Amino acid sequence: MSGGLSRRKLLKTGLAVAAGACGLGVAARIAGRYGLIPPDSGGIYGVGETLTYATQRLLLARHPLAREFSSGEISTVCPINGEPPEDDLYRQGLAQGFADWRLTVDGLVDRPASLSLSDLKSYPSSSQITNQVCEEGWSFIAEWTGVPLSYVLDLVGVQARARYVAFFPFDESWDSLDLVEARHPQTLLAYRMNGQELEAAHGAPLRVRVPRQLGYKSVKYLSRIMVTDTLKDIGKGLGSISPEIGYSWYAGI
Amino acid sequence: MVRATHWIVTLTFFGLLVSGIAILLAHPRLYWGETGAFGTPSLLDLPIPFVLGNSGWGRSLHFLSAWVCVLSGMVYVLSGFLTQHFRRDLMPEKAEWSWGRVALAIRAHLRSSRPGEEELPGYNVLQRLAYLAVVFVLFPLIVLSGLAMSPAITSAVPALVNGFGGQQSARTVHFFLASFLVLFVVVHVVMVGRAGFTRRMRAMITGDPAGGKAGR
Repeated sequence: MSGGLSRRKLLKTGLAVAAGACGLGVAARIAGRYGLIPPDSGGIYGVGETLTYATQRLLLARHPLAREFSSGEISTVCPINGEPPEDDLYRQGLAQGFADWRLTVDGLVDRPASLSLSDLKSYPSSSQITNQVCEEGWSFIAEWTGVPLSYVLDLVGVQARARYVAFFPFDESWDSLDLVEARHPQTLLAYRMNGQELEAAHGAPLRVRVPRQLGYKSVKYLSRIMVTDTLKDIGKGLGSISPEIGYSWYAGI
Repeated sequence: MVRATHWIVTLTFFGLLVSGIAILLAHPRLYWGETGAFGTPSLLDLPIPFVLGNSGWGRSLHFLSAWVCVLSGMVYVLSGFLTQHFRRDLMPEKAEWSWGRVALAIRAHLRSSRPGEEELPGYNVLQRLAYLAVVFVLFPLIVLSGLAMSPAITSAVPALVNGFGGQQSARTVHFFLASFLVLFVVVHVVMVGRAGFTRRMRAMITGDPAGGKAGR
């Protein structure tokens, strides 16, 4: 191997690495501007999270709908993970059919609201028969009925600089969606399941339904919705409880 | 490029395998069709006496490894076409497309004759077919069956999951494809061992089959 050849090789490798680094830097700037970086983008696994999130945001730019099924395909077994909250307020509400329960909608909105179940049920409703897939691997198909989240967002008036919608339940399993997913026509605030009032086990009185992501994004036992431009100040700033216990914030997988 | 991508894919393969097992252990049951859960009939209950609860890291490692694996796999395939590696080294030659030649190669393997120093360069017909099947059948299918499990991607491309017969079917197919790939890796490593492990490893790392000082 001659010296000249090795120098040329070294130079070529050096240039390639420099070009790659510049390219990555530029890509990161562009991705940041277009909202392609998830809140849990830190660390080595964050590289994978960012690639998946950015790619899927581009792939889903035309807002395709999750597959829907026929009523004959509704599962007879609909398992659940976790128990309803131990919280006294929640138990009281459950005993009284959530008559005094209110959904607080605040944050970067023009008209913060406090909505009762009957308020929500008076809005235009939407039903979907979709597949709910747990990150563990099991799944079931069910019919969900509720008000599209986008309807409630329009009702309160989302401000221009808002980027995320955060969901706070009675327990600690808070989560958030970017506005793209929050405004997706199949993203519901669901109060009925398979034609029945939502059971406690499935998230009564109200749960989010996000059919294009894994089950854990469909937050149960809702109490408050907050519209925000940053998730840095909530919890550990990773966008939801999931990354704090090892799971991805974005669960479109 | 073949060697560099080979070792990157090797590394990511183990990342995918370990994390894939971790994900599977969260629910070691396989189903056919669209849905499945405890309480519904399963296709296969893996005889594992425990379930591994939190597989969050498993997913993170799986997707990170998958990204690196798929990207380097694409580089490999592209360069394989450009350099004619596939046509020259992997496509069986015309004369080899016969059962006689395949049987001959199988017999040679069964006789467990170690290839000597005087062996012919290049791959025999069994090796060629095995490598082609891994690169052009197993790998694409395992990536597709993986993507078919994504609720987001299947909203954009529903045919992907419908083609596998449902989300749970895709998960089951993904599992069996992974098993075939593991089988391939085991056989591959055993064969490398029989053919002279040190010499082959040196060749695959330095690109110098003779192990001499010639370089290139």
